[in-house]
Amino acid sequence: MHAAVLLAAISLLSFALVQLAPGDFFDQMRMNPRVSASTVEGLRAEYGLDRSFAVRYALWLRSAIHGEFGISLAYNTPVGSLLFPRARNTLLLTATSTLLAWLLAIPIGVWSATNRRHLSRRSSELVASTLLTVPELLLFLCILLFAARSGWFPSGGMYSVGSEDSAAFQRLKDLAWHLFLPSLGLALACLPALIRHVRSAMIEVLDSPFIRAARSHGVPRPRLLFRFALPVAANSLISLAGFSVATMLSSSLLVEVILSWPGLGPLLVEATLNKDVYVVIGTVMFSAVFLIVGNLVADVLLFAVDPRIRVE
Amino acid sequence: MLKHRRKLVAGAILLAGFHVAVLLAGFFAPYGYATQNREMPYMPPSGLHLVDAQGKVHLRPFVYGWRDDGSGALKLDSTQSYPVHFFVQGWPYNVGGLVHSRMHLFGVAEPGRVCLLGTDGFGRDQFSRFLYGGQVSLLAGLIAAALSVSLGVLVGALAGFYGGWIDETLMRCGELFLALPWLYLLFAVRAAMPLQITQWQVFLLLVSVLGLIGWARPARLVRGIVLSAKERNFVVAARGFGASNGYLIRRHVMPQASGVALTQVTLLIPQYVLAEVTLTFLGLGVSEPMPSWGSLLSALQQYYVLSSYWWMFLPAALLIPLFLAYYLAADALQEHWKPVSL
Repeated sequence: MHAAVLLAAISLLSFALVQLAPGDFFDQMRMNPRVSASTVEGLRAEYGLDRSFAVRYALWLRSAIHGEFGISLAYNTPVGSLLFPRARNTLLLTATSTLLAWLLAIPIGVWSATNRRHLSRRSSELVASTLLTVPELLLFLCILLFAARSGWFPSGGMYSVGSEDSAAFQRLKDLAWHLFLPSLGLALACLPALIRHVRSAMIEVLDSPFIRAARSHGVPRPRLLFRFALPVAANSLISLAGFSVATMLSSSLLVEVILSWPGLGPLLVEATLNKDVYVVIGTVMFSAVFLIVGNLVADVLLFAVDPRIRVE
Repeated sequence: MLKHRRKLVAGAILLAGFHVAVLLAGFFAPYGYATQNREMPYMPPSGLHLVDAQGKVHLRPFVYGWRDDGSGALKLDSTQSYPVHFFVQGWPYNVGGLVHSRMHLFGVAEPGRVCLLGTDGFGRDQFSRFLYGGQVSLLAGLIAAALSVSLGVLVGALAGFYGGWIDETLMRCGELFLALPWLYLLFAVRAAMPLQITQWQVFLLLVSVLGLIGWARPARLVRGIVLSAKERNFVVAARGFGASNGYLIRRHVMPQASGVALTQVTLLIPQYVLAEVTLTFLGLGVSEPMPSWGSLLSALQQYYVLSSYWWMFLPAALLIPLFLAYYLAADALQEHWKPVSL
């Protein structure tokens, strides 16, 4: 319910922002002396750009309910048909790298939390904080350079050319091969922040009396860390995971553009340059939906993991 | 106590160095940002040498010249060397439109070129462009951070102090801004802006867009502090003495939030600088010939630049110490203000 209101507000906000802008898609055409003013006006009327704001919003809402989200002016097709496959690709990329990032962050974070009196702690802290400041752009460009130089991985796209008619398994392998670098880049980009959070959450738990009690009972170390401490730390980490979807999506936009992954990112950049208004609005809406769903998943997970919430 | 002070000092020194170099870009840069040298495109960084080919040691550092041997790549020519001179006269520049000068910190005699970060496709000195580009990028970051934090402080103070429906409305609005991934939001706002406008308009738009979308987080933090601050005994006492709401906010509540505000500014500046870099990289920010850190990197979108000219990455690498300094300072400030915000 709350999510629906939020979505409606976001749609209104992005609609207002984009629609109140001076200039539109047909500006280029208007500059062209061979296209008459009446043609441009006719086109504007055809796409409904000459109606009032409220009418356009109502029309857009109706088409959004049908899953069309308006008409793309550049592609001349319903925005929905452009967005759905691309949203699926973005989802695939972000989900893979979220998984990858957490799989890496949890062991590293736990390790650095347990070794905090160790000599290596300072150096690892320094490395982590330096990594935190590496601009994502630089990281992604380096990955692109690596792909281009080594030739081990494709430097863009989702499938190899001509793989459409190969067997399903071959196609899956091809997809994984293309997915590897973008998802690795995205995972690396958010890894330092995740490790920091895992570390601080674990430290907090490890300092609590029940861990000391468990340790004095002779609970073996791996069991102590992963069976006793981690589930307690998981609570704050899960809500963090919900929040980090936003950062993830923003980074994903960049990685998609640089490594030419056919997701929402390149579409949004292109639509922004073209002033293809409905595509921009649709993309923003999709990103908001991802975010809300991400938070919802986090809530559900929290419900599953934390017995206190279940009791309430 | 001592540890975070040391951190703060280290961060502050680094930051001061960076900002002075960028502010006085004309003095520290040996060339102008648009000075082209078409004969020397993609010249690798010139190394400063002290020992020449004969093994003789020079006290004054010198650079070697480059020559085109016909293969397309520039080769180091150790027969021509140009000593580096300090405080030399060169291209005219001005600082902030006020001081006009021709004095540069260092330079070499013509036809030698000293390009510490190499040159780009037009033979423009990347080091000079980096310094001049900082004027755009850093200024954008600073103004945008100041804008969004002051907006956040204002909203947070109003919401926290007055509560009720004001609080409810403002915080719901904030949630809206937090619910969107910032880069997508940035694009939506940028799509709303006209594409063909002057450099200054682009810059102002960029700054205001960045500043306007980031207010929600500081607003939330400030609101939390204001909520606890207004219940404190001395605030209640002041109210009992008949202090007005405006006076209470100004004199008693806001000083308690200043630490958080300052920390937020320090944290947001690198983020906004990065946002400017990203937008310009994607072709939506300031454009040529005005350099910014984003446009320095956008050359890397061409495949041959990316794969053959490694020094084009250097501007991005130089951002790491800058961001590190900001995070160090933010860390130290956070620790410093901790007891106050409790």
